[in-house]
Amino acid sequence: MPQASLLRQITDFANRANPYPLYEELRRTPVLHEADGPYVISSYYDIEALLHDPRISSDAAKMTATGDDELSEPETTGLPPSFIRLDPPEHDRLRRIANSSFGPPHRPTRIDSMRGELAQIVTDLIDGFGDARQIDVVDGCAYPFPVTVICRLLGVPREDEPRFRAWVDPIVAGLDPDTRTSAESERVAQEARLQLGMYLNGLVEQRVKEPRDDMLSDLVNSRGPDGAMTTMEVLTTAVLLLIAGHETTVNLITNGMLTLLRHPEYLQRLRQDPILSVKIVEELLRYEPPVQLLPQRTCITDIEVRGVTIPKGSRIWLVLAAGNRDPERFKDPDRFDPDREDLQHLGFGSGIHSCFGAPLARLEAQIALSELARRLENPRLVEDPPPYRPNAVLRGPRHLNVDFDGLNP
Amino acid sequence: MPADYMGWLRREGRIVIVGASLAGLRAAETLRAEGFAGELTLIGDEPYEPYDRPPLSKAVLLGMASPHHTELPHRREIDAKWRLGVAATGLDLAAKRVRLADGDEVEYDRLLIATGVRARPWFKEEEARLDGVCLLRTRDDAVDLYRRLKAGPRRVFVIGAGFAGSEVASACREMGLPVTVAERAGAPLVGALGGVIGAVASDLQLENGVDLRTHVTVTGLEGDAVGRVRAVHLSDESVVEADVVVVSLGSLRNTEWLAGSGLGAGPRGIACDAGCRAFDFRGIVTDDVFVAGDVARSPHALFGYQFLSLEHWGNAVAQAQTAAHNMICHGADRRPHLWMPAFWSSMFGVNIKSVGVPPMGEQLMITQGSPAERRFVGVYGYQGRMVAAVSFDNTRWLEFYQRQIERGAPFPVEFPTTDRRPEGRQPVDADFPDPSLPSHGPMVTLSGYSPADQQLVFHPARH
Repeated sequence: MPQASLLRQITDFANRANPYPLYEELRRTPVLHEADGPYVISSYYDIEALLHDPRISSDAAKMTATGDDELSEPETTGLPPSFIRLDPPEHDRLRRIANSSFGPPHRPTRIDSMRGELAQIVTDLIDGFGDARQIDVVDGCAYPFPVTVICRLLGVPREDEPRFRAWVDPIVAGLDPDTRTSAESERVAQEARLQLGMYLNGLVEQRVKEPRDDMLSDLVNSRGPDGAMTTMEVLTTAVLLLIAGHETTVNLITNGMLTLLRHPEYLQRLRQDPILSVKIVEELLRYEPPVQLLPQRTCITDIEVRGVTIPKGSRIWLVLAAGNRDPERFKDPDRFDPDREDLQHLGFGSGIHSCFGAPLARLEAQIALSELARRLENPRLVEDPPPYRPNAVLRGPRHLNVDFDGLNP
Repeated sequence: MPADYMGWLRREGRIVIVGASLAGLRAAETLRAEGFAGELTLIGDEPYEPYDRPPLSKAVLLGMASPHHTELPHRREIDAKWRLGVAATGLDLAAKRVRLADGDEVEYDRLLIATGVRARPWFKEEEARLDGVCLLRTRDDAVDLYRRLKAGPRRVFVIGAGFAGSEVASACREMGLPVTVAERAGAPLVGALGGVIGAVASDLQLENGVDLRTHVTVTGLEGDAVGRVRAVHLSDESVVEADVVVVSLGSLRNTEWLAGSGLGAGPRGIACDAGCRAFDFRGIVTDDVFVAGDVARSPHALFGYQFLSLEHWGNAVAQAQTAAHNMICHGADRRPHLWMPAFWSSMFGVNIKSVGVPPMGEQLMITQGSPAERRFVGVYGYQGRMVAAVSFDNTRWLEFYQRQIERGAPFPVEFPTTDRRPEGRQPVDADFPDPSLPSHGPMVTLSGYSPADQQLVFHPARH
């Protein structure tokens, strides 16, 4: 049975650098079901429909009740489930409260007003390259950037950022299924979660007494029609923003730089026209989405997809990255083309769980990519493909070494 | 006629579009995008280039957007001759000529009529002329109403609690202005969404401090000595003092200019086939006159081939594109306009959206959320089928329901959904008012005749 090996191949690290031929094969069986495995959906329109389907649940509790597969593991933060793993109405309530301090209509300018600050953080990181003529884009920029940003957004004091990072790193590392197998790294991650939780709790207590203009203050003092979050809910939400907004952004920036180095004509155009970064980032979200698949859905009743009845309680994987290159939806899908008229993608998902941090992720990637393009003189990829992280869901290079001739001011 | 008429038409034909608003502009763009290289003329009675209307009753009234900056973005260069500020006054079908108010005439090889609708004015002309009696349809209307609201009137009176009237009331409350709304039916929005959802809209208005009067009509507007409106008289004999009165009684189709032309045009719009070709008054399809947007009325396969006349933004765009495409291609390449009706509104901080044709529904089920929380999805059923859905602050699910409607999914809705509440397990009567009762112009006209003025009894042949 040739299909039986397909999921195995997708999770197999050997295929991490280029999973797209596998996705193409996957699309030939739009509803793929291997024995005891999840139902795997890979065509654009089916994924899009299921993301809007109220018969599909994201509830972590329902998930564990029906058994796990290797990617559908519950959150291991030691906190109650965040809104990403809840269904309405709880999901809606928590997401609304979080959004009231993040986006429109209550805070339409919060993200945009960080533009200058974001640019400064990137500038400082690039200045930090000093006299080097080779850098790792991951460690030198893509990785430290989002942590600093989320610290500023939440309201972590600048002097605490190094401590904060020291906790975040092992937690993020623990998201990789491979590293999770090590008891030692799990112990370290557990310890870091505890420390981080206690630290955030301290900040929360401060913000109750002395609110400031940051998201933690807004969360602890939310007084809208939905009422307030409990302290536990605030902590869960803060950790969600931290983790979900982290690895994904690192990968978006790194995949972006890699793709631009492979398509030097766009790197050149971006250097001259930073506005092009808007289109480039959208096309990246289609072409190399940081979240390759959503493994955390269950159906709460029998549903039919393309003539296949998926029984109640089945686990469903939505392979966003396969849908993004579905020729039924996109012309010439395997071509990186930021000039395409029809710039659409499933990179941020869709429906009620569509990426909460999308406005921030977009801005971070736009700024980082246009600054890297502008300042690195004659950048060249040292190794293609670069070494990848093990994770099949949050896919991206572990290192991206780039040679260059100097830094433009 | 040239042997290759279509080739000739595409190269050097003359296309005239009457109506320079959303549908007209999008049609012009589609014509050019699809390779029409001939002469293109857009005729509009307003002096402005096409602008967007939805913000006029929302952001513009709140001062969050300037009425002068709601121009519709052009999607491409259209290289058209614009005849703005001049209305079309007549059509000669045989000679293929449009007559203009300035006496000019414009010849066409293909004509697209997209004249839309206008606000229904207050029926007593003298009272309608009182200073402070406003309509809200055009940009000028919005400028005028915004100026009056900003001046801080003591009370605003809104006649009619359809979507537009309710949006005005919402804007007034947001600005802290006292507002009274009068509605002939039992609740706001009943014509569009039925009494069950109307009750939710009622609560929404009352909670937000609107003085809502239902089951009443306005009998007269009273002016002061210098001709300013000062009070509104109601059928329950009450009198409400107000210095701004917004007449929000729906709309009238702009078809009067076609009187005597022989087209199948009347108060309910211009009938056309699914390919947007206008019918003449004998029910024969024309081949060179097309219709799109609010003024069109076309059959829809999903809704029993009812002639739907839709005042929906999205319909104007989709129908214009289909009409434009069909205007310049051979019969076999034509497409039907089978757009899924959809509209949105926002009022009192709630986003309301619907897909399908709610007024066709007999029954309603709340399948997600709860009306008491003002967040829910309701599904309308007609003869065992799902025909529409409405959401209050739950827009992201509607796509699912749209697909269900498209495939004629059964009603009642038996399958479980996330956030299904106990009260949503049984269908209830959707409670639409008797369609034979007069009401302000509905956003969806279901059939050619109003049951009230139907004089013909038609007996279809039975085989």
